[in-house]
Amino acid sequence: MDWNSGTVTMAHGSGGSATEELIHGIFAEAFGNDTLNRMEDAAVVSYDALVAGRECGEHRGNNVIPDQGSGSCGRLALTTDSFVVTPLEFRGGDIGRLAVCGTVNDLLMRGAVPKLLTCGWIIEEGTKLSLLKRVAESMAETAKEAGIQIVAGDTKVIEGKSGGVYINTTGIGHVPAGVDIAAGNAEEGDVILVSGTMGNHHAAILSERMSIENDIKSDVAPLVEMVSKLRGLPVHTLRDVTRGGLATVCKELALASKKTFLIRDHLIPVDMQVRDFCGLLGLDPLYMGNEGKLVCIAKREGAEEVLAAMKASGYGEKAAIIGEVTVEKPGALFVETEIGGRREADVLQGEGLPRIC
Amino acid sequence: MDIEKIKQELKHYDGPEMNIMEVCGSHTEAVAKYGIPSLLSPKLHLLSGPGCPVCVTASSYIDRLIALSLEKNTCVVTFGDLIRVPGSRKSLSEAKGEGARVEMVYSPLDLLSLAQKEPETLFVFAAVGFETTTPVYAVLLEEIIERHVENIKLLTSIKTMPEVIDHLMANGAPIDAFLAPGHVSVVTGSRVYEKPALKYGIPFAVSGFKAEELLAALYGIVLHRGQGVVKNYYPSVVTENGNEKAKKAVEKYFQTSDAVWRGMGKVAGSGKLLREEYRKFDAGSEGLEKDEKLNPACRCDEVLMGKRKPGQCPLFGKVCSPAHPQGACMVSSEGSCFSYFVNKRKD
Repeated sequence: MDWNSGTVTMAHGSGGSATEELIHGIFAEAFGNDTLNRMEDAAVVSYDALVAGRECGEHRGNNVIPDQGSGSCGRLALTTDSFVVTPLEFRGGDIGRLAVCGTVNDLLMRGAVPKLLTCGWIIEEGTKLSLLKRVAESMAETAKEAGIQIVAGDTKVIEGKSGGVYINTTGIGHVPAGVDIAAGNAEEGDVILVSGTMGNHHAAILSERMSIENDIKSDVAPLVEMVSKLRGLPVHTLRDVTRGGLATVCKELALASKKTFLIRDHLIPVDMQVRDFCGLLGLDPLYMGNEGKLVCIAKREGAEEVLAAMKASGYGEKAAIIGEVTVEKPGALFVETEIGGRREADVLQGEGLPRIC
Repeated sequence: MDIEKIKQELKHYDGPEMNIMEVCGSHTEAVAKYGIPSLLSPKLHLLSGPGCPVCVTASSYIDRLIALSLEKNTCVVTFGDLIRVPGSRKSLSEAKGEGARVEMVYSPLDLLSLAQKEPETLFVFAAVGFETTTPVYAVLLEEIIERHVENIKLLTSIKTMPEVIDHLMANGAPIDAFLAPGHVSVVTGSRVYEKPALKYGIPFAVSGFKAEELLAALYGIVLHRGQGVVKNYYPSVVTENGNEKAKKAVEKYFQTSDAVWRGMGKVAGSGKLLREEYRKFDAGSEGLEKDEKLNPACRCDEVLMGKRKPGQCPLFGKVCSPAHPQGACMVSSEGSCFSYFVNKRKD
């Protein structure tokens, strides 16, 4: 990247390799510290690190009785996300629901219980008040569903002609003692699961933008119930499958764990309409974003239980086991195709643009 | 023959080595997606030819689009992947970052509503493509004329397949067979490959885009090695004579011309330009022949001609990657270098 004369292009926002370059080259470079450098969905820090001299456990007079079990009082999870989707309202959701789910799901992916949320709104002049009201109500409803409270907020109005609304949300959660869910935790022999069909959100948004009539709905949803049902089961890693899609996420997890991820194309759930839509535009569902799906890496013994827990949760009925973790080639992602072929896959490159013919 | 048997035959093929070229970007994409190379004998080599329309646009074409996009009250409109193809110095995407007006559409007909909303702006459509896309441009012109739209022009880079196939063979490309393009053949018909098949004594197999269809066509090629025949393995949509209506629509608005293919130079009769009487809808497509490399070490030309594998280019995977493409083949998901890069193909 040409840091002196280059400019930002849309590819830098795709969630693929260009985004990573931007983050590493500018932001990690400027802000780098032990917590940030882990590049997880949410930062997890001990409460001790926040409050000097604070000790975990129950305070009785001058004495502290340590927590039972791990002897720790858990940790704090913190994350932030900004939402710039067009159109603001789409089949299956709107920017308000999205702004809650995105941040809540990022907290959940570290095993945290989401607690508090803040929201910052940047509103273009000309935005209809009735629309703002609908989005705020949807946001409140989603927060209620996710069991998180919106406790602070900010609004700014800027000039503009298209009536755009941009929302940032920041979330705080609590990681219970003994929970260790992180991107690098996959082990040899682990099983790879997804919580449902791939590509619905991306396909729904593209359909809206292209005025294509179909029944594809966004899958935007908070995965609180699912993650709570997974508690106590042998789960090593959780990651929500957003920008960049399943292949990008799996490749990142393979790199973080220095293991090999093998996924089987024909086991990956994709709705027929989404598959046809992708076929038409030359898009690959493996690289399409979702807003209410997760990848789970679980110990093989117990994987069936994990699958059952997912299927029994809201938004998880089409969950499936799609592959496994090996040590064949550290950091690699392989895709086995239905016909029996095999290819190595990478993170999303470029913007994931529809092809020309 | 059932597919398992075909897979066995292709995996254990032990005849003379064969270079099989696909000249359709969607084939290149499908071959990689289904992991087809992993199913073939090491004696069967797939080469990715000049079948990706954005990969073969001359650099001066991109430069002209960029110049137009920077003009006052002008907006360049393109399909997705063209926006990132480098010209002699930069791409449209980079120009956009510097203030140029570039919009993406998914269908050329979306252009009509854009033009209607902003009558004071001139919309220049980057009409790039092969036989598959050209009829769509004919329909667009039909609409522009019927609705008396004054603010749409086309900058064309339209190319045709049979002529470039002949060019490849006449210039020593090491090809023993062609996987003939499925979509192009829907329009042209399979008969267009009869001449080159006979002339060079090699088989052409028209294929669809599913894994089974590709394998069946490849097996057909192996069976007919060394024979100048055309076999149609995509008969559900491809006929011998193609789509007469589409061909007529193209004929009405476009005339045959020479065309410059990126890195390969001028190929006689391998392009289309708007006819004289419709030239007022043209934004200066004629004479865009200059073709400079962004990076002189780029070997896109040899890759497109099957003379070199993407991995054998000195830039591949080093300074040239999809994030920083030095040549057009690294841009589109249909480009040879892109396909080899993202799928880490070693074949």
